[in-house]
Amino acid sequence: MTELPNLTEKKLGLVIDLDTCVGCHACVISCKGWNTENYGVPLSDQRPYGDEPMGTFLNRVHTYEVQPDAGPAQTVHFPKSCLHCETAPCVTVCPTGASYKRVEDGIVLVNESNCIGCGLCAWACPYGARELDQEEGVMKKCTLCVDRIYNENIPEEDRIPSCVRTCPAGARHFGDFADPDSDVSRLTAERGGIDLMPEMGTQPVNKYLPPRSKDSWRDESLLAPYLEPVSEQPSGFLGWVDKQLSRLPGDQKENL
Amino acid sequence: MHPARSIILFTTLSGLGFGLLAWLGVDRSPPTGWVAFVFFAIAYALAVGGLLASTFHLGRPERAWRAFSQWKTSWLSREGICAVATLLVMAVYGAALVFADTHMPVLGFLGALLALSTVFTTSMIYGQLQTVPRWNSALTPFLFLTLSVTGGALLSGRVAVATILLIVAGLVQILWWRKGDKAFEERGHTMGTATGLGHEGEVRSMAHPHTSPNYLMREMMYVVGRKHAQKLRVTALLLMSVVPAILLALPAPHLFGLLAVLSHIAGVAASRWLFFAEAEHVVGLYYGAR
Repeated sequence: MTELPNLTEKKLGLVIDLDTCVGCHACVISCKGWNTENYGVPLSDQRPYGDEPMGTFLNRVHTYEVQPDAGPAQTVHFPKSCLHCETAPCVTVCPTGASYKRVEDGIVLVNESNCIGCGLCAWACPYGARELDQEEGVMKKCTLCVDRIYNENIPEEDRIPSCVRTCPAGARHFGDFADPDSDVSRLTAERGGIDLMPEMGTQPVNKYLPPRSKDSWRDESLLAPYLEPVSEQPSGFLGWVDKQLSRLPGDQKENL
Repeated sequence: MHPARSIILFTTLSGLGFGLLAWLGVDRSPPTGWVAFVFFAIAYALAVGGLLASTFHLGRPERAWRAFSQWKTSWLSREGICAVATLLVMAVYGAALVFADTHMPVLGFLGALLALSTVFTTSMIYGQLQTVPRWNSALTPFLFLTLSVTGGALLSGRVAVATILLIVAGLVQILWWRKGDKAFEERGHTMGTATGLGHEGEVRSMAHPHTSPNYLMREMMYVVGRKHAQKLRVTALLLMSVVPAILLALPAPHLFGLLAVLSHIAGVAASRWLFFAEAEHVVGLYYGAR
């Protein structure tokens, strides 16, 4: 029910690489597609072709500009979905027990047939990970594609969340953070993965890899040797001709 | 936060209703017969009317009964249980006064305690939310309880107590506003901590994920009301505290007493509107807003 488990057997979640994400929104679309056609009620849209279209999405991509003290600003594309927090504030506020965190893998889910649509869980989430479906009146959130990752009816390579499977840049990774040797744990350790709003004490499972530091043009570039100007002084036979001609009067050296 | 009409009505009216029930419960010589009937009818109309209004903001009101199950962790669930318990206990207490002319003081005290617990649990629904720093303070339950007890005293015709409480409520309200105005900065939530990019440089939102407002922006980023917030605060304070306190000092207590009640209700409703409209949710940071 809405009491959080002390410990989950696995900690399934995502690593999102902010250095690699190109901001194409493919993960947004594949998420919307999979979760509209499969588990739970469809993700509805309101006025999709009208003024101010609105819809339910479980994954959104923001774009930020980061301006360092010195040097050029950097564009960072920033996908954001449920972080499946260890101390998920959205779960404990739920009055009906519709929201819960699974003991076996730590996934935070909503039992839609018990949800009264009070919206309190969305208020309690600092990350904006939950959206109330305007058509169904129930809360929707990322399920970590719980209907894919254990699904034996689909090929093994597809048993990962839809957003991860789709990402053309390889900016999203799925795995078990409880296992220190898993790909996601090692990636997080190697690249200094971070929590969003750590001061909230939510202990998100999902980690973000910060952008790598960029090359500076001030240091010598790898390409520099190839960019040196080609000699303008002719050599060999042409050089001898040039020399001899230059000896003759009437040359307009200054103007050349 | 979006100031939903149903929630403003609910917290304002049921706050008053449960406040009145609390005073009826602790009354040493409570009214009986028809007078008691009128008092209890008003209290129940306000409390139950407010509770009904609150179900209008639910996506699935027909499942509201499920909300009684998670009292171990959820303040919303606790509120539901306290509200029903109060209404049941006070129904017995009230029926005894109205129909049997019998005063059951212990039951009354229990009912009063439950009524105040209901207001307290309501306030904790907001007070518990770390995501809204303005609300996330011990002063929030204090404000709700003070306003409820004040409104109850006013409705039950306790002129002397009500006058003092009106002034106290005004002061608590001012304190709550002053503390709330600094709350967000004090917590240190910035776009830098929200995105984790703060140590790289200054973070600016360049493009939202969607072209028109979504549920999050409509629900959590209500900025329209902030423009006139200061004027509304003064209006709320005048209507809620100052005007009723003056009206209570005038002769003809029934006429001016009624006006004082109406003014107080309007003031509390205005204050409650500001409670939501001025509240900044941290999710706004992801949109480069507050």
